[in-house]
Amino acid sequence: MIKVENLTKLFGAKHAVDGISFSVERGEVLGFLGPNGAGKSTTMRMITGFIPPSAGRVSVGGFDVLDKPIEAKRLIGYLPENAPAYTDMTVSGFLNFAAEIRGMRGDSRKKAVTRVVEMCFLQNVLHQSVETLSKGYRHRTCFAQSIIHDPDVLILDEPTDGLDPNQKHEVRSLIRRMGEKKAIIFSTHILEEVDAVCSRAIIIDRGKIVANGTPLELRRKSEWAGAVTLTVRGVPAATVTAKLSQLSGAKRTTVTKDAGSKVTVTVFPKPNADGELTRAVIDASQGWQVEELHTEEGRMDEVFRSITMPDTAKEVAK
Amino acid sequence: MNTWSNIKTIAKRELGAYFTSPLAYVFIVIFLLLCSIFTFFFGSFFERGEASLNGSFFFWHPWFYLFLVPAVGMRLWAEERRVGTLELLLTMPITAWQAIVGKFLASWLFLAIALALTFPIWITVNYLGSPDNGVIIAAFAGSWLMAGAYLAISCITSAMTKTQVVSFIVSLVICALLLLVGTGGAFRFFEGIVGKSGAELITAFSFLTHIENFQKGILDSRDVLFFLSLIGFSLFSTSVILRGHRS
Repeated sequence: MIKVENLTKLFGAKHAVDGISFSVERGEVLGFLGPNGAGKSTTMRMITGFIPPSAGRVSVGGFDVLDKPIEAKRLIGYLPENAPAYTDMTVSGFLNFAAEIRGMRGDSRKKAVTRVVEMCFLQNVLHQSVETLSKGYRHRTCFAQSIIHDPDVLILDEPTDGLDPNQKHEVRSLIRRMGEKKAIIFSTHILEEVDAVCSRAIIIDRGKIVANGTPLELRRKSEWAGAVTLTVRGVPAATVTAKLSQLSGAKRTTVTKDAGSKVTVTVFPKPNADGELTRAVIDASQGWQVEELHTEEGRMDEVFRSITMPDTAKEVAK
Repeated sequence: MNTWSNIKTIAKRELGAYFTSPLAYVFIVIFLLLCSIFTFFFGSFFERGEASLNGSFFFWHPWFYLFLVPAVGMRLWAEERRVGTLELLLTMPITAWQAIVGKFLASWLFLAIALALTFPIWITVNYLGSPDNGVIIAAFAGSWLMAGAYLAISCITSAMTKTQVVSFIVSLVICALLLLVGTGGAFRFFEGIVGKSGAELITAFSFLTHIENFQKGILDSRDVLFFLSLIGFSLFSTSVILRGHRS
């Protein structure tokens, strides 16, 4: 549905987006991750046709965004960053306007508005002016606008930004549900969201794609993936680490907590040794009083940092 | 067909926005007050003893518009950019032109409403005497066209900035220049520098030069063309500026 080829955007001499290529099919929810200023919003703005790319192509549903902007835009629902909405209108007026400009008239318009009002829980504020809405409601109003024409493609720039935990949960499950039938791209800073919602995630940093895969694949890149954490009572930390370090699958061991009588130790695996390590640790811990033992799945935040941090650190060092 | 319905949707929203804010009412009240005060006091409507609105009423319009129209036009694009709704508007399945024309027409229509509300003066002059209503209609049409030209210039300045006040001041300065080059003093000033034909060329760009015929009841195609082409040019400039922001 969405095809991005070699997309580049220059602001002056600076590459805001630098030769990005990816595609999203129907039924996929693509999470867009990256530090602030990595080029997430700029990429989304180019996909939605708000800003023209400096180089490269975007096509949506087979329509090139530059050559056939109207046809492409018809297929897209877009929630811009900060969820702008006309402050001088009521929620109902705003949604009716959005429906009308999407070509809906009369009954179909009424139905579309009713549908998104229910989906986004806007019944209570329907006749309130957008200006007086709380951030969460304003966000959902703009979100409602983006799905009013039941688009095939949804581009959501930080759709859960500024929402409370309950609202976040609602929006996430809404995205997941809609993702079954649509092609969705959404950007976020919240890494747990990637697990909760995405079928695939892309991490971009300084305009380039630095990682692309399912959430599981991304987490596998973490050194925490397959690490075994073990809590033992009554054995000195030194004994525990000494024994576990000798395991063939272990790369290194660290003591994460040492309360004297109780120690928690994490064993990190050598590459491609996951699974076996857990078994080895269980065998090695025979005779100890083990209170807790679990295998880590890998940590998204750690992957995110290890991929995007080195560059940022270099920047600071300059 | 589709184009027109998009323009209509945009215009409807925009016109609605005027009337949900106090701006519309404040504008209309001030405009009507100014019209009445200037017509009856400074325009010596009664003392003239003639059944005409020319010298007393329409005479002041270019000067009222100088301050009032930039205030109507300043929010058109500046507000969209400040709030961020521009991004929403331009990612809808419409062209930038449809948005520009729709917004312009809404404001122009708003000015038409304000102008139409001066009708009591027209009734008054008809009650007191028998004026040439053809002249009055031509003058109203001219006044509206001229307001459109002011408005189109405000469109440009509004697209240039996120701050409404800046838009107001810049468009006021541009409109003031276009107005003042048409005064007798300016003509004599330019005549001294570039000669008579040069001065005539410069004054040909003034609102004042082109509104004169309308006020006399003469509908000259050149005057109509002047205002319409100024509007067209300004809206085109607006589209160029908007595109510039995006790339």
